Parts: sequence; structure tokens; C-alpha cells
Amino acid sequence: MATARGCLPWRRRGTARRQECSALGSVARNCILQAKDDAVAEIEKKIIEAFEVFDQGGDKTVSIRDIGSIVRSLGCFPTEAEIHELLANVEKEEPTGYIHLEKFLSVITKVLLDRSYQPIPEDVLLHAFEALDENKCGYITKEELVKYMTGEGEPFTEEEMEDMLSTALDPETNTLHYRDYILKLIVE
Amino acid sequence: MGSITGTMGCRSSVADRRSEKVIRAAILIQNWYRLTMARLEMRRRYSLSIFQSIEYADEQDQLQLSDFFTFMLDHCTPPDSVSHAFTSPSVSQVVDEAFDVQEFENKICVPDSYYGPRLSFPLTVEHANALLHAFRNEQLLHARYVLQLLYETKKVLKEMPNITHLSTSYSKEITVCGDLHGNLDDLLLIFYKNGLPSEQNCYVFNGDFVDRGKNSMEIIIILFAFLLIYPNYLHLNRGNHEDYILNLRYGFTKEVSKKYKDHGNQILFLLRDVFSWLPLATIIDSKVLILHGGISDTTDLDFLNALERSKDQVKERIPATRSTKHMATRNVAGKARRLSSSGSTEPSGSNLPPEPTPKEWKQILDILWSDPRSQNGCTPNKARGGGCYFGPDVTAELFRRYNLKLLIRSHEFKPEGYEISHNGKVITIFSASNYYEEGSNRGAYIKLNPELIPRFVQYQVSKYTLRHSLQDRVGTIESTALKFLREKICAHRSELTSAFAQYDPEGTGRISVNDWAAAMESVLQLNLPWRILRSQLALLSPDGKVDCMSCFGDLEIAQPVKEVQPALAETLCRYRKDLEIIFNIIDKDQSGLISLEEFSQTWKLFTSHLGITYSESLDKLVLSMDYNKDGYIDFNEFLEAFHVVHRLQKKVDS
Repeated sequence: MATARGCLPWRRRGTARRQECSALGSVARNCILQAKDDAVAEIEKKIIEAFEVFDQGGDKTVSIRDIGSIVRSLGCFPTEAEIHELLANVEKEEPTGYIHLEKFLSVITKVLLDRSYQPIPEDVLLHAFEALDENKCGYITKEELVKYMTGEGEPFTEEEMEDMLSTALDPETNTLHYRDYILKLIVE
Repeated sequence: MGSITGTMGCRSSVADRRSEKVIRAAILIQNWYRLTMARLEMRRRYSLSIFQSIEYADEQDQLQLSDFFTFMLDHCTPPDSVSHAFTSPSVSQVVDEAFDVQEFENKICVPDSYYGPRLSFPLTVEHANALLHAFRNEQLLHARYVLQLLYETKKVLKEMPNITHLSTSYSKEITVCGDLHGNLDDLLLIFYKNGLPSEQNCYVFNGDFVDRGKNSMEIIIILFAFLLIYPNYLHLNRGNHEDYILNLRYGFTKEVSKKYKDHGNQILFLLRDVFSWLPLATIIDSKVLILHGGISDTTDLDFLNALERSKDQVKERIPATRSTKHMATRNVAGKARRLSSSGSTEPSGSNLPPEPTPKEWKQILDILWSDPRSQNGCTPNKARGGGCYFGPDVTAELFRRYNLKLLIRSHEFKPEGYEISHNGKVITIFSASNYYEEGSNRGAYIKLNPELIPRFVQYQVSKYTLRHSLQDRVGTIESTALKFLREKICAHRSELTSAFAQYDPEGTGRISVNDWAAAMESVLQLNLPWRILRSQLALLSPDGKVDCMSCFGDLEIAQPVKEVQPALAETLCRYRKDLEIIFNIIDKDQSGLISLEEFSQTWKLFTSHLGITYSESLDKLVLSMDYNKDGYIDFNEFLEAFHVVHRLQKKVDS
């Protein structure tokens, strides 16, 4: 999926992203002292942009189904439970299935400024796969993967599971070689 | 994605260390996976936004220039008199009277070697089946049959009212299809899933049959054939693309010329006429209004029903909404029109079809071009440059006035093939799947039962038997979208460069992401998420600022022009499409070359209409354009000449 410009090795890209993140972080801290409004304005613009991509009717509302995608595409790592909680907060007043930009903005700006949903480092992801790979053979079988992903944690829906299997599995052996797969997840 | 069904697994009371570790690992992987999918969804969505923004901006250009193109088409008389008969409206009137089905049979012979379907009139279901079979096997219908079919279609359409009234009491369900845009596979799939049109199976096709896709001709032929067989069970509404001027840009004209080398002009001319006779709207059980675009606060169904629809709508003035660049062109064309309508320099007599009144024109433009919005009110459609945006209040008012229940319209791309808006009162139906790119969207049609409750059927034509992964599909869509966008950026290089400079007084070549995004939007006006797109379009320097020039980076220029200078590349990117249309109008015989004769005809036409006196001899001008001195001007030479003039013009202006 690497574009002509984006064909840096994933590690370097990952580092670059972290730098961008930490740049944002330091800006956020400094601004408390100095140009706090500027930084908030900048973050708000980022949020508005992401929001508008999902605002199909151009009427400053998005479906609650898209909130997870918006928050995550802003670089946050909330759990499903945390998204639930977030939705409960913003939807309290009017449970219409849609969320208005203003409401969303006030909640998410705070989340981004507080850096509530910390990014998970990539090496932790590798450890996670290793934890599922009991025999340390470098792969997980399809059956194991389905068992863990739909039975543990915050289980995948059927659709999510199908989507994951269609890209994650080696079609010949029906196994997931997680070192390769991690690269895929990260380059995305 | 985005479903919120998961809950925290709370089994810690029974969990040993291993299972706790597994749960944490699972959550982490699920979390990462969902983040990846969210990013993917974001990329999919912004890619679709890019396609749509560029599409509308392009349509706007086209609408603005339509005056000029019409002027050229109407007056560009090619040197050879054979095709002349079919490009000049006044002469065609005569042709029209004289030609009938029999006449075509006498004039155009179908060789024995032709193995495609053969038609005879009146058409039967067997003919329609033969056509479907032939088109599935990529055969062409012979030009004679095409002309006969168009001629017969026109006769039938002429008898129809502007607004067709249907009733569900005769056929149990009515199927409504939206834009097809030349995607034959979609039409075949609809027929496969939903059955062929018949007395028991009534269809309404809601416009935009042609353009963009490769098989507009085949779609038109199939629809017209079924219209002739079942005039009461297949209904066609006109779309904004059933318009010969729009066809020049969006591919249908090219498709016809390519498929029918000998009789292309004849077919195109007859099509122009047939399109102008397409009905404008359909009403089911007096409750459901079906039309292509939408409505405005002045939409008057009684007026629409009474006007003369075959008047040449497109030739009308379009309100200038955006740049002065278009104003200039418009004025040129407008001036020419005034001259031509006075008859003083009219080359082909004054038998032009009557022009619609401004009111007629606005009423039609509104129903063919408008889009619904969720804000109340009725405002000009800025993105498209024609029609309006109408809010729920406008819909409610029209429903109240005419006692309607539902508005079904098409005209807008929808990722799911349909969308419901205005609190269930307005439905958008879009039937071309994979419209922007393989995998970009589903198509859909509506089944309407006697209770008038709509049911949606979605589908997606896939050329591949293996299901591509979401990643691959998004990747394809994204890279095509970004390619279009980069072309757009390069086409506005000089404006962007000066916009960047405003944010960079010290000339460092670097500006903040915020300023960069503002500069991009101020020049391109595409309403795109520039901050998100930044990583795909421009590089960041180590200090976190955008390296301005990097966004003009890796455009692959597909033109075979040697040693392209940056300014030339920009001009070409921006005007290439317009110039190609002009070139093709001048190049009547579609040879890909403009002969000296063709050029001098056009030149005389321009100079006399614009009142320019050009002192130097014409031959000298042509010779100066003809770089390789082969006596013809090819498209590259034409572009180069345009560029030189454009540059001089800019100097004069400044």
C-alpha cells in the first residue's frame, strides 16, 4: 500500500509518526504556558477535518457508528469500552443515532489534549501475538485466531473477523504469520 | 468496523495468569486491528471525497463553457459537405423529414459479413433478447439499425408528456433505477436479478444513462429497444448527462465516434434530438415524484408539464458563480451568439431550434441539477455550478402544494447505492457500481409496492471471482483519487506557489501545516481534509513544517510532449480537457489531425464573429503552428499553440 512517497521502511515510518506525535505532545504542553489557544485551535481543526470526512450530508452531524473510526483515525487507541463510554457522554441529551460537531468537538478536544488513549508501541503488539503463540512457532492457526479474536477481550463481530481472516491468513497453510502481519497493520 | 458490540471480558475471577495474559493480548490485537481499519475507512472516505469534489468542479467548468462549445458546434462547418448535413441543425430538419426507417434501409447497406443482431420494425422481445446477447459478447449493432432505432424512439418519445403518470394498480411493483453512466454490466445485473422489462415488470430509469462508462451506446440501445416494445412499462426520465454538450467532455461523443466511424455524426445528431425529447419526470399514484436531480423553491410541476421540452436547453446562459476566467469565455461566446441570432453572419440560415425562455430554462436546470441538503432553504448549487441545494422545508412545501409523499432522485454518487434524506421524504438512488474505481461503491435500485413503501436492492459488479481484501480495494481507490488530485495541484502550480509565498514572507520554502492547508483550500476550493491528506501530498521538513514545493513532486505526465516546461505542464493540465473538446469539434472527420482547411474554416468563423482583424496571412499562422511541417496540426501542436497564446494573453492582462 506504500505510495511512491511513502516507501520508507516501516520502522522509519513508525519512528517518524512517533516524532509527529511527540511534537504534538510537546506543543500541547508548551501551549499551556504560551499560545494555548493556538494549539487548541490547531487540534480542533484536525478534529473538524476528520469529522467532516464522515459527515456525508454536509450538515455537521455523523452517525454514532462512525465515531470509533473518527477517534481512531486521529491516532487514538481507545478500547471499545472506552468508545462506549465516550458515546454515552456525548449522546446523553439526544439519542438520535447522530452526533453534532459541536458536541463531539468539545469532548474529543479534551481527549486529545489529555492524551487519554495512549498509543500502543509496536513492539507490544509483537509481544501480544507471541503470547497467543503458545508453542513459539511464529504463527497462529486460523482456528486459534478465531477462538481468541471472537472469544476473548472485546470480541470481533462476524464481519470484523471475516475481514481480518481475508487479509491476515496465508491462503495455503491457513495460518497467520504474525511478524509479517504486524508489518501490514503498521504500514496501514 | 465501528460496531459497538464488544464488552470487556470480565472473567478475571476464574482466570489464571495465562488466560489473563491471553485476554490482554487479544484486546491489544483487536485494538490495533480496529485502529488499522479506522485508518483504512478514513482513507476510503477521503478518496471518495476527492473524486466527488473534483467531479463537481469539473462539471462546473463544463457548464460555464457550454455556451462556447455550443457556439462552436453550431457554427463549425466542416469543409466536406457530407458530414455537413448532420452537424448543422437547419439542414438536419430537412434530413429529419425526409428520412424514415425505410429511407435508412435504402441509404445504408448492411453487408452480409455483418454477424451482429439484425432488427426489423416494429421491434419484438426476440430482438431485445438478441441485442442483450450480442452486447454480452461485445458485438456492435450496425449503424443502420442504430439510426432506425433512434428514429423510432424519437417518434414514440415525442408523443409522451413531460411528466409521465404511472399507477401501481396495473403492475404490482415498479422498479426505479438511478444513474447507469455507461456501465452495461450494472444494467445486465439489474435485469438478471430483477427480470427483463415486461407488462408484469415495470421500470423507471431516472436519467444519466450515458457518459463515463464504456458502454453508453449499448445501454441506450437496450433501453430504447424496450421502450419501443413496452412503451407503457418502461419509462425514461432525462438526466443532466442526456445532453450533447456534456457528452463532449464525459466520453459519450467519443464512444460513438469510435464505435461508428462512418455514421457517428449522423447518430450523434439524431441522439441530440432524441435526448431533447426525453420526458422530465414520472409520478407514481400521484404520490411519488421521480426526477433526476431535485427541486427548488420555484419548481412548478404544472409549468414543467406544459413547457415545450425539446427546446435546446443547454445553449442557455449559465450564471457565473466562480472565476473570472470563465466569465471571459462566456462573454466571447455570448457576443458571438448575439451576432449569430441577428442573422447577419449566420452560416446556415436561421432555422435554429427556438431557445427556451429564462424561466423554462431555470425550471429544467433545477430539476436536472439540484441536490438535497439537510439545511433548510434553497441556495445556488456552488459545487456543480447549476441547479440548487434544497432543504427539507423546500421538499415539505412542494409536497404540500402537490400532495406528494416521496421524492426519488438520482444524480449523486452514494457509497451504498442509495441514501435517505429529509426525514425519509427524499431518496437518492444511484445504480452505477464501482463508479469512481473498482470497489468504490455499490449500486442499488428501488422496488416500490402498491403501498408505496420503497425496498432497496444493492449489488456490486465484480470482475474478479476472488474477493479482494479491503486493504487492496481501498489502496486502488486511494491511489487513483490521489493521482487525480495531484494533477489538479499541478494544474494550479503558479497560483499555489504564490499562495504559499503569502504565508512565507522570508522565502524559506516551508510553512506550517495549518497555513499549507489554508493555502491549498483557498486556491483549489475542493473542500478536502488537507491536514489528513498532507502526508500523502507533501513532505514535512525536520522542523515539522511543510516543504511547499514537494507537493508538485511526482506527477507522472502522460503527455508525449518533449521537454515539458513547468508552465506548459500546468497549462496543459488545466485546459487539456477543454482543448481536446475544441480540437475534436474542429477535427470533424475525427482523423486526429486538423487539416489546413479545417483550421482556416474555424479561424474565419472566429474572426468574423469576434470582430478581430488579423493582419498576417492565415497560412503563415498555420505554418507557425505546424511544427513538424506535415501540413496538419496534430493535438500536441494545437496544445503548444494554445500555450503560446495563453502566455501572451497573460502578459497583456498583467
